[in-house]
Amino acid sequence: MTFQWDWGFAFQQLPTLLQGLVFTLEATFFGSLLAFVLGLVWALARLAEVPVVSPLVRLWVEFVRGTPLLIQLYFLFFIFPSYGVTLPALETGIIGLGIYYSAYASEVYRAGIEGVPRGQWEASLALGLPLRRVWGRIVLPQAMRFAVPVLGNFVISMFKESAILSTISVLELIGQANIIGAETARYVEPLTMAALIFLVISYPAARLVRLLEARTGAA
Amino acid sequence: MRYLAERTLGDYLPLLLQGIPITLELTLASTVVLVAAGFVFGLGRGSRNRLIRWPAGFVVEVLRGSSAIAQLFWAFYVLPYFGVELSPLAAGIAVLGLNGGAYFSEVVRAAFASVPKGQTEAAIALNLSAWFRLRRIILPQALPIMVPPFGNALIDMLKFTALLSLVTIQELAYRADAIRSVLEDAGPVYSLTLLIYFAMALALSALVQWLEVAVNRWAGRSTRTGRKAGPQERSTSGVPRWAFGR
Repeated sequence: MTFQWDWGFAFQQLPTLLQGLVFTLEATFFGSLLAFVLGLVWALARLAEVPVVSPLVRLWVEFVRGTPLLIQLYFLFFIFPSYGVTLPALETGIIGLGIYYSAYASEVYRAGIEGVPRGQWEASLALGLPLRRVWGRIVLPQAMRFAVPVLGNFVISMFKESAILSTISVLELIGQANIIGAETARYVEPLTMAALIFLVISYPAARLVRLLEARTGAA
Repeated sequence: MRYLAERTLGDYLPLLLQGIPITLELTLASTVVLVAAGFVFGLGRGSRNRLIRWPAGFVVEVLRGSSAIAQLFWAFYVLPYFGVELSPLAAGIAVLGLNGGAYFSEVVRAAFASVPKGQTEAAIALNLSAWFRLRRIILPQALPIMVPPFGNALIDMLKFTALLSLVTIQELAYRADAIRSVLEDAGPVYSLTLLIYFAMALALSALVQWLEVAVNRWAGRSTRTGRKAGPQERSTSGVPRWAFGR
């Protein structure tokens, strides 16, 4: 079987793929936001060492990290409607991605917060700073310095993994590519172009994060 | 015989549970590929020869940069056009393993790079053979570093095997989805499936902890230097008790 790569066809499909890219980026952006916020909630809930609550949050985080994103998404996608919640697929996907990555983010926050030297806390106590200031102006900024590059890597991972939303009917990059493939019976160009689009965006982004890592590491 | 709609999860339980060994086998197979690829890519990227280092770096960046899911569909739909006829099983295992291996290569490279050069130089000065040098000097220092990240990679492989359901492989996720489509209620099937995956993940991390002890013992390291911080370490960092206003 001889196969001819058709550049004309590949570029003809590019606008459709870029429409898909918009959904991919949207899912990544809002999924990341959700993950960052929820992750901090899990991290603080664990660090506070509240009886019952903290161990439960710990179990929850372990559970989310120990199960496949695909099944988590299926679960949300098929369970929401049976409770009368009708969310569009994209929103369901964003919630799924956000929860999944929040479990990973919480570990990063926790490490960052625990890594703040004890002297910083003691100095704050000595200065009589109110707790809110200690957290907001002393501890969290220092923890973030450690967390930001790692969270940056998570954003890139989420960007690539958001392709999984195609399984719950979101027409992101891979979803569009699969549809073009099914309609035209040509899978080679759309899937290859989709993979290249992922690469073209995630490679420079990864270099950027590496740069950030080097900078915060040196500081 | 009862109607399909009257059936419950119990009727399909054996069908679901039969997916467990398949998922575990897929995890094992892709992890073998992952470790092999991780060493090849990792050593390739650490090579002093540019003709090895650059292609290895290129392959790793492409694998890491272009979404595992995209690669999976690519292997499934596109490779046949180029005359590469892989079974979905082989293609799936290869994609998962190579993708994971691309990430693991960084662990391998860093672990070998962490062994001081003087160790190799001293071994050469002592006229030890290359094989002995690798087996008794380099690996005992490099391998223990790789084990904890390997544990994460192993769990990732377990979770990623669920993606193989998308290319018609009838493992646990595939069966869960198939059963969901016959049952009216999706909740119990997916809840049970999630719990099964979680149990497998816990079992695998217990296995890795055992492996960590075994590798450390083989390397002649104390197994007591675990990751838990000692009392002295706790006092220099960490969140004080009053941090939450209690």
